[in-house]
Amino acid sequence: MFAFIVRRITQAIFVMLIISLIGFAIKNKIGDPVRDLVGERVTPAERAEIRDRLGLNDPFAKQYVRFLKNAAHGDLGLSFFYKKPALEVILSKAPATMELVLGAGLIIMLVSLPLGVYTALRPRSFLSRFTMGFSTLGVSMPVFLTAIMLIYIFGVQLHWLPSYGRGETVDLFGNGWWQSGFFTLDGLKHLILPCVSLASITLPLFIRLIRSEMMEVLESEYIKFAWAKGLPPMRIWMVHAFKNTLLPVVTVFGVQIGIMFAFTILTETVFQWQGMGYMFLEAVERSDISLLITYLIVVGSLFVIVNTVVDILYGLINPTVRIAGRK
Amino acid sequence: MKNSIKRFKESYLFYSFKRDKTAMASFVILVIFLLLSLAAPLISPYNPYDAKTTDLMNAEIPPAFMAEGTSEFLLGTDNMGRDLLSTMFYGLRISVLIGLGAVFLQATIGIMVGLTAGYMGGKVDAVLMRIADIQFSFPYLMVAIFISAIFQLMFGIGSFEQLSVPLLVVIIGLAEWPVYARTIRASVMGEKNKEYVEAARVIGLSRPVIMFRHVLPNTLTSVMVISTIQVANAVMSEAALSFLGLGMPVTMPSLGSLIKSGFEYIFSGVWWITIFPGIFLILFVLVINLLGDWLRDVLNPKLYKG
Repeated sequence: MFAFIVRRITQAIFVMLIISLIGFAIKNKIGDPVRDLVGERVTPAERAEIRDRLGLNDPFAKQYVRFLKNAAHGDLGLSFFYKKPALEVILSKAPATMELVLGAGLIIMLVSLPLGVYTALRPRSFLSRFTMGFSTLGVSMPVFLTAIMLIYIFGVQLHWLPSYGRGETVDLFGNGWWQSGFFTLDGLKHLILPCVSLASITLPLFIRLIRSEMMEVLESEYIKFAWAKGLPPMRIWMVHAFKNTLLPVVTVFGVQIGIMFAFTILTETVFQWQGMGYMFLEAVERSDISLLITYLIVVGSLFVIVNTVVDILYGLINPTVRIAGRK
Repeated sequence: MKNSIKRFKESYLFYSFKRDKTAMASFVILVIFLLLSLAAPLISPYNPYDAKTTDLMNAEIPPAFMAEGTSEFLLGTDNMGRDLLSTMFYGLRISVLIGLGAVFLQATIGIMVGLTAGYMGGKVDAVLMRIADIQFSFPYLMVAIFISAIFQLMFGIGSFEQLSVPLLVVIIGLAEWPVYARTIRASVMGEKNKEYVEAARVIGLSRPVIMFRHVLPNTLTSVMVISTIQVANAVMSEAALSFLGLGMPVTMPSLGSLIKSGFEYIFSGVWWITIFPGIFLILFVLVINLLGDWLRDVLNPKLYKG
């Protein structure tokens, strides 16, 4: 087990190095740190002098090592637009995105668990057929269209829910960092539409996954034995069958949280949600390369960490994984 | 030729196709979509790329069935005064072109990598598959968004817009090839120890010949199954990129960029610029997905032999 964890972590570090190398190469080739520092109105001579002083004429490898050293100290460069360290800018936008993902995750759990179990237990009922048909449609529906239609129906036509922004927020830790929309009515109202559209991407997948896992378990010998023993149906379904479908579902959920982060770029654009995804697109428009690279590295590390933790946890729960990986 | 048509008619594939109403309906709709995209310049009432025929005065006219609509523009006009129906046909054409091109590129890279990794094994396999696995652990849309953001900065927005079709093919192709590489490798691993491969080796055929002429054709079933789903994915990715402003420009809109330009007007009640291309896109992706599901069920030997 120890060897498995070490190997997995080495791999994670290796991937992080590759991501940082790609990030640095982009910054080095198309970025202009002099412009980031002093803007456009500086004479070429002064520019050259600044370049020299910043060490931008050093060989690529030397600059990359310096970049890594700075990155290890949390310094990923200055954002050209915000005139602040890029990491600070991204961290200040992170809570908004986290709340979106959290809300969507909650919706997915609350909807997919009952529907998945129900469609497995009653595959021929009307509600099950409707759910399965709807989930096929859901897979084919791009998230920005779901979002736009929700806005049009609930925002423009019915005026029930606000269609952009975060609304009234509460300062969570008293230092202004985490502005939460979970604790005011207005903030919650603003959360509903973005969270529902973000959840709609993976909801069909989860319903299908839970359904197929549950159906498989229901066919197994020990369930038949439980029926033969005469246990009440509720106990068989919930305690014997449902508990055993949870393991694969939890693993997929871990990976899907990462995928949801990717889709926040689309959702945040539609709802003008001031999170990391919205900031990323603004950075592209403003050619704010340091900010782009920092986003790449932050989100990349997030993925690597989530994947590694899920893998290690899975290895702990299911020994065949770590034994199969050994050569 | 006649023989092969007869063979096709007697095949299990055709038999199950005839029995499946959903598959038939999806196929018909898909063919209509493909014909529309091929014949777009012939059947569109207007040419949306010709600035001379468009007039800003005509902007945002509602569809013909609404009170303020005119019969001149069946589905109304977009924010630049272009006939929406024609623009949608041309947009579909671009979406289909990019979707097919991207899948072709993915399949080419994926087949090369997967075949080499699976057949060679050992270190080559370990290195190639590790690369594919690493990329696979990131969502493809994220990768596509990153590559296109970087391309846009590298080429500048002006030349990005001129080159957007080939660039989008490259972006989506690069973002999704690991799917192919992994699938092909898995089927090559299953094939390479079979007796016909051994026989080919014994009679002294060279490695590339065995790989491409003998092993590859036997892995094409799985390629076919994923290709349908991948076309749907590629069309969706292109729409998403265009919606974010990282894809097709407004002057040469795909379905995604039409939806984007319509979205800005939806708060003033101008819904048709967004909703019509949206329905077009959903329907197109839906029929491909339905066909893909059907194909997977039919071609998966576990399900029909077992």
